[in-house]
Amino acid sequence: MRKILIIGATSAIAEATARIWGQRGDHLFLVARNAAKLQLIADDLRVRGCPKVATYCMDANNLDAHETMLDAGKQALNGLDTVLIAHGTLSDQTACQQSVALTLQEINTNALSVIALLTHIANRFEQQKQGTIAVISSVAGDRGRQSNYVYGSAKAMVTTFTSGLRQRLYKSGVGVVTIKPGFVDTPMTAEFKKGILWVSPETLARCIDSAVEKNRDLSYAPWFWFGIMAVIKLIPEWFFKRLKL
Amino acid sequence: MWQSDRALTLPVLPDPKQSFLPYGNGRSYGDSCLNQGGIALKTRKLDRFIRFDVHAGILSCESGVLLAEILRLIVPQGWFLPVTPGTRFATVGGAIANDVHGKNHHVTGTFGNHIRQFEVLRSDGQRLCCSPNENADYYAASIGGLGLTGLITWAELQLRWIGNPWLDVETIRYDSLSEFFALCLASDRDYEYTVSWVDCSGQGKRLGRGLFMRGNHAPLGATHGKYSARIRTFPLVPPISLVNPFTLKAFNTFYYHRQLAKRTRQIQHYEPFFYPLDGLLEWNRIYGPRGFYQYQCVMPHRAGELAVTELLKEIAKSGMGSFLAVLKLCGDMPSPGMLSFPMPGVSLALDFPNRGEVLQQLFSRLDAIVSSAGGRLYPAKDGRMPGSLFRSGYSRWPEFKRFIDPRFSSSFWRRVMEDV
Repeated sequence: MRKILIIGATSAIAEATARIWGQRGDHLFLVARNAAKLQLIADDLRVRGCPKVATYCMDANNLDAHETMLDAGKQALNGLDTVLIAHGTLSDQTACQQSVALTLQEINTNALSVIALLTHIANRFEQQKQGTIAVISSVAGDRGRQSNYVYGSAKAMVTTFTSGLRQRLYKSGVGVVTIKPGFVDTPMTAEFKKGILWVSPETLARCIDSAVEKNRDLSYAPWFWFGIMAVIKLIPEWFFKRLKL
Repeated sequence: MWQSDRALTLPVLPDPKQSFLPYGNGRSYGDSCLNQGGIALKTRKLDRFIRFDVHAGILSCESGVLLAEILRLIVPQGWFLPVTPGTRFATVGGAIANDVHGKNHHVTGTFGNHIRQFEVLRSDGQRLCCSPNENADYYAASIGGLGLTGLITWAELQLRWIGNPWLDVETIRYDSLSEFFALCLASDRDYEYTVSWVDCSGQGKRLGRGLFMRGNHAPLGATHGKYSARIRTFPLVPPISLVNPFTLKAFNTFYYHRQLAKRTRQIQHYEPFFYPLDGLLEWNRIYGPRGFYQYQCVMPHRAGELAVTELLKEIAKSGMGSFLAVLKLCGDMPSPGMLSFPMPGVSLALDFPNRGEVLQQLFSRLDAIVSSAGGRLYPAKDGRMPGSLFRSGYSRWPEFKRFIDPRFSSSFWRRVMEDV
């Protein structure tokens, strides 16, 4: 039985993952901005047999609220041993290009708030000498593309940060799992045209669950993105810049 | 989509001719779940449970939850669906909007008979909580309302208590329709579930022969080992239908003689008993690229036996039809919906490989028999019935029409109303 903190719990991927964990008997502490949605998810998880669900309202961009939230989670579940950081936004790239404020807001939400949270969580888990920290990054962080490099660079920061954190926490027995999803059919990507590379949040949830169970370091989700990104990363920059990706 | 989000409204459509239609898991056979040129409101993401009172067996959930998901939750806790159609891959919203029925119709009525309340979201943003006491008119219109009265967002249903997931099932071979009706009469009181397979290729002496199945939930405490589901997928679409007069005749003869004894008895898990077709995913591919039609009718008792004989004669003569031919006696419990399909009488359901014009001609002959018997066809299974047959079968349609949301429509509805 795990004691799991989920940040961004109303995201479709997080919700699907919470169902797997809750049905298995894990205890959950769900954090998100929207209290009404949190309530719905918690009710659903209880009906599905999750023995313990607590909810907490917080905006991840409110950095001062992080520690209070972590204390509340620790108290509610009588300790924490697993964290899933799943919050994020996907703003329109062209809108970002016209607005510094929007660009920085995207970076704040997708990178800085995650790094702030990770700093606190890492210190706590390092002290208790156990735990697993799973973070949803993205394949978009592997290489900047004109279609979403703001989001992509924020995710690149998360990927690099977790890589360093993994090294640091290895000797304390704390695992850091960086999950890099490809295309997932969620409300965040509702506007996109879907093709064969797209997967459901439920499929992604199974990938996350298995990565956490196996304490993987880096996990492309689903696995075939490893191959796709390997190729994309190999393309030389002089050629890459001419592509329409 | 979030059912509790009070701000949830349907988008305003720029084109006044465009319309909405809820789309669950697409298990209706015809165009009742389609809305050509319009907007489909896909409800599968409305898949949260809301409350489960495990002592009273009352479950509320959002409308996109599949019956399969409900079963996975409730069966281990000793509960079962009060009524289930032949597939568990339908959504709760779809089961209400088509007021589905099952093998226990003669005892428990339709799915709608067990819905305590549900909410309908209208295109003007109104949310109507519907129950037999509150908004009773919208309750009656939306049950069996084909999704036209608005979007059902959540529902509360009364479950049925069971001791375990097993059923005690008896299969009896019958030689004629009169034997079938006698078996129904003898079984309806003591057996919760009755249904029969009929050999639609049998002519002459073999007309109306088949297998009658009746069963009850096995008593509490009886353990029958472990059940492991074997679910296969039909892998490809063959270039032509694998169901044709030759294979049909051969299969039906084989199937009829499957049991040597007149009567067999076995303990069966609920999955193969209720959902034999769910064990073969994409089974519809068997019919090839042109697909199939289903013809399901119900006819009142007085004319029923004779009319079924006529129907089977016509079908056997044509050589069309398929293995899947189901005969079932419906009970007297009134359906709650204005457009509910079941009525006291006898129901026949048959699949037909799509053979174009010859099949449509057969359908016209069958329509005439159903119509003169005072029967009707099932919209959930239909892709071709004439508007006049719909309107004569469902006499409450003018009353129902008043409850249709002005921004909702379906291909089916436009089709059966175009000649009014």
